[in-house]
Amino acid sequence: MLYASKQPYAFRRNTAQMTQPPRPAPTSPMRRRVLRAVAGMPALWLAGLAPARAALPSYRLVDRLSWGVSDAELALATRLGSAGYIALQLDAQAGAELPAEAEAQLAACSSLRQPLLETLVAVEAQRKAAEAVADEEGRNVARDAYTRELNRRVREAAARHLLRALYSRAQLREQMTWFWFNHFSVFQYKSYIRAMLADYEESALRPHALGSFRAMLGAVAQHPAMLRFLDNELNLAGRGNENYARELLELHTLGVDGGYGQRDVQELARVLTGHGINLGEPPALKPDLQPLYVRRGAYEFNPARHDFGDKQILGRTIRGRGAAELDEVLDLLAAHPASARFVCRRIATWMVADQPPAALVERMATAFAGGDIRAALEVLVQDPVFAEGPDKFKDPAHFVLSALRAAYDRRVVLDTAPIQGWLSRLGEGLYNRASPDGYPLVSEAWNGSGQLAARFEVARAIGRDGAGLFKAAENMAPAQAAGFPQLARASYYDARAQARMRAQTRRALESAQTTQDWNALYLSSPEFMMR
Amino acid sequence: MHRRQFLAFAAASPLAGLCWSTRLWAAPEAGSRLLVVFLRGGYDGLSLLVPRSGFYAEARPRLALAVAGGATPGAIALDADWALHPVLADTLLPLARAGQLRFVPFAGTEDLSRSHFETQDSMELGLPIDARRDYSSGFMNRLAARLSGAAPIAFTEQLPLILRGSAPAANLSVRGKMAKSGLEALQPAISAMYRDHPLQSRVEEAFALQGRVRQDAAGAMQAGMAAGGSGNKGFETEARRIAGLMRESHRLGFVDMDGWDTHIGQCGASSEIGILANRLGELGRGLAALADTLGAQEWRRTVVVVISEFGRTVRENGSRGTDHGHGNTFLVLGGGLAAARAGSPVAGEQQAIEAATLFQNRDLPVLNEYRALLGGIMARQFGLDARALEAVFPQARPRDLGLL
Repeated sequence: MLYASKQPYAFRRNTAQMTQPPRPAPTSPMRRRVLRAVAGMPALWLAGLAPARAALPSYRLVDRLSWGVSDAELALATRLGSAGYIALQLDAQAGAELPAEAEAQLAACSSLRQPLLETLVAVEAQRKAAEAVADEEGRNVARDAYTRELNRRVREAAARHLLRALYSRAQLREQMTWFWFNHFSVFQYKSYIRAMLADYEESALRPHALGSFRAMLGAVAQHPAMLRFLDNELNLAGRGNENYARELLELHTLGVDGGYGQRDVQELARVLTGHGINLGEPPALKPDLQPLYVRRGAYEFNPARHDFGDKQILGRTIRGRGAAELDEVLDLLAAHPASARFVCRRIATWMVADQPPAALVERMATAFAGGDIRAALEVLVQDPVFAEGPDKFKDPAHFVLSALRAAYDRRVVLDTAPIQGWLSRLGEGLYNRASPDGYPLVSEAWNGSGQLAARFEVARAIGRDGAGLFKAAENMAPAQAAGFPQLARASYYDARAQARMRAQTRRALESAQTTQDWNALYLSSPEFMMR
Repeated sequence: MHRRQFLAFAAASPLAGLCWSTRLWAAPEAGSRLLVVFLRGGYDGLSLLVPRSGFYAEARPRLALAVAGGATPGAIALDADWALHPVLADTLLPLARAGQLRFVPFAGTEDLSRSHFETQDSMELGLPIDARRDYSSGFMNRLAARLSGAAPIAFTEQLPLILRGSAPAANLSVRGKMAKSGLEALQPAISAMYRDHPLQSRVEEAFALQGRVRQDAAGAMQAGMAAGGSGNKGFETEARRIAGLMRESHRLGFVDMDGWDTHIGQCGASSEIGILANRLGELGRGLAALADTLGAQEWRRTVVVVISEFGRTVRENGSRGTDHGHGNTFLVLGGGLAAARAGSPVAGEQQAIEAATLFQNRDLPVLNEYRALLGGIMARQFGLDARALEAVFPQARPRDLGLL
């Protein structure tokens, strides 16, 4: 690939890049302290001790900070007041406080009971045993069993993700976990990535979702899911593979116009040599290389595969010395203003508008400096465009999850398979993005006629009887009485919700003959397509 | 303002998706149409258009098809170098003999990743291989932006990359039974909710398309049952529905068909039967059904191009299959194709298939690059000038193979 801009980046504070925001940043140190203090005492808030003067949160604020308005969410936000609800959602340490039925389902998933290394060893052993079966029929049976095991693990990873998205109190953290998975996207059907998805999300992404971008970058770079997906295992001294290096610059940090060139990609690929996966014994190394070897679970840095020459990246010389080179480069990339701008622009595009205001992105980037995700989000959330700005068309994940939250609120689904099916049908299935760029963040990718027609069908299924959501997937427990949800209730009749409804939608809803039809229409309405 | 400038302006405006109307401009090109059929998975073109070469037979001891001779059944000779898979005798052979089908072997992309996803993406984007991956538009969308009244539509569940971009494109899967969903009763109320909403036209388009296809499907089902058939024959049924919709109102169409990644057991006990033969038969029946349903007059204005991300290895592998290769055979069909040169339905650059001529000692080389090939077809079919072609396929050198 060739890039128009080949100037090496110099660490000079370019005035154009560093222009001051047009108005005072809303997050003064004082205000931040207050917010943190507030966030530190959620129990107090929940006990109903919110100040009487707390501003009423707007419908849009709640809809955007969460995976979608539900009765319980709107009531919680109203009780906490705007500032209190924002503080709760920005609290990186906030408890998930899942309903007991959801906790029980999470605990029942076996995927994370053993360390990732053991899981991968077992999965690889099963694959090799299947390939070793002599007769063709037996081999096919064994291969099928292997595939079923991998698919079971994907279902578990998806179930864990969806249960948290639907019910966790830390809604913004859950949204950002989705966002980061999409940002550092891996595709389930490459190799045995299916066996790594749950660990990837829960060890590399969720812990940092509201925290340090730099820490997440490092966790991703050492996770076998990414090393396998972008072929860095095959990136060896003298026999390079640029796949990960290119996407690390283009998709994960600087962005395609971030001011790097093909030379930087090649040099970064050299830095990345030797970072790979090892499920077996450590390699036999010459004595002088042994101290440089790194092993953490299935991740390994093998100095015998590393290119020890010096590298030039973005105008800086990286002295060849082993695994520490990558730390130095990730520091450089995480602190780079282009990364701040690129990442913040993506967050704002997904959360607020296809074309987020440039000044807002700049202020977010300033707060993000060095990788403070929470600070960037705070700027975004405090901006009037977040709570009061124009509509943003929901992507399929927001559409499906918000419909479920509106319809069933705290009633915990027993089987997430129908949800996974709807997401796939609408083109945004979990772990299904084959290319490393993640799903598109702009409306245009999702508001075609075929998508709308499919959404109406999904709306009808959700509003009717939940299409098997309340049938336990694997055990033989009797299905809960299905029954249809009653969508016309508190969060719909709330004045803030009513103010959003167009006359056309109101009239159509009034004409509904049955509750099921009312539900289907409400979830199909133009208001419900927007957040 | 020049019309093209206005089109470009309209396409670039953020409101384009919401206020586009196909009625603003009359269609000057007399309703000429293009349907792209993408065989996903890398189909084995060497089993469709069979080389009459000794090396091919050696390289595929179990898979090679022998040419029929005398009482021996087998592939049907098309010219001195090529033969056709016998499963296509009733579908593609008559089209080829009527001059309505050309085979273009050695076709494909310069992408060498041999990855399905990489290569499908790069092909759908239609950009030069060394250019930065710009996922903002696919080549059919860029074509749509340069035609009036193109009304592009993908007959798929999702809008594929090839049709994404600034020109609004519809999508509707017409696969399978197209049963009533139970949503019909709610359609008037849903339409009413979207009245005067920016998404109104898309919602109406969605309902109109569904309605027409369901009506056609119901009709075909009844006709099929009357004739003793099941009424649902995979790609053939799909192709008839596509023809019905394109005849009415769409000048650009796209559909894909999967199940071509035949690493294992691509043929059965004999090389003429098995998974791949079944799939090829279905493809042939579908393409013949398209021509049939469109009718002679509309078929003359239509070009169908069948493409695939890459071909498969010339040598068979150890599992009665073939692995990811490079060059492949594309098909070009239409009622208005030019007379075949030298009486052969096989077109484009060719070379002998021998061990020494293989690409990287395993695959067919690409001698007919797809952007040049498709650009040449588009230039003829839609009268595109060099500037328009440059916009559709930047930096390509469209080649006119004399197919149209």
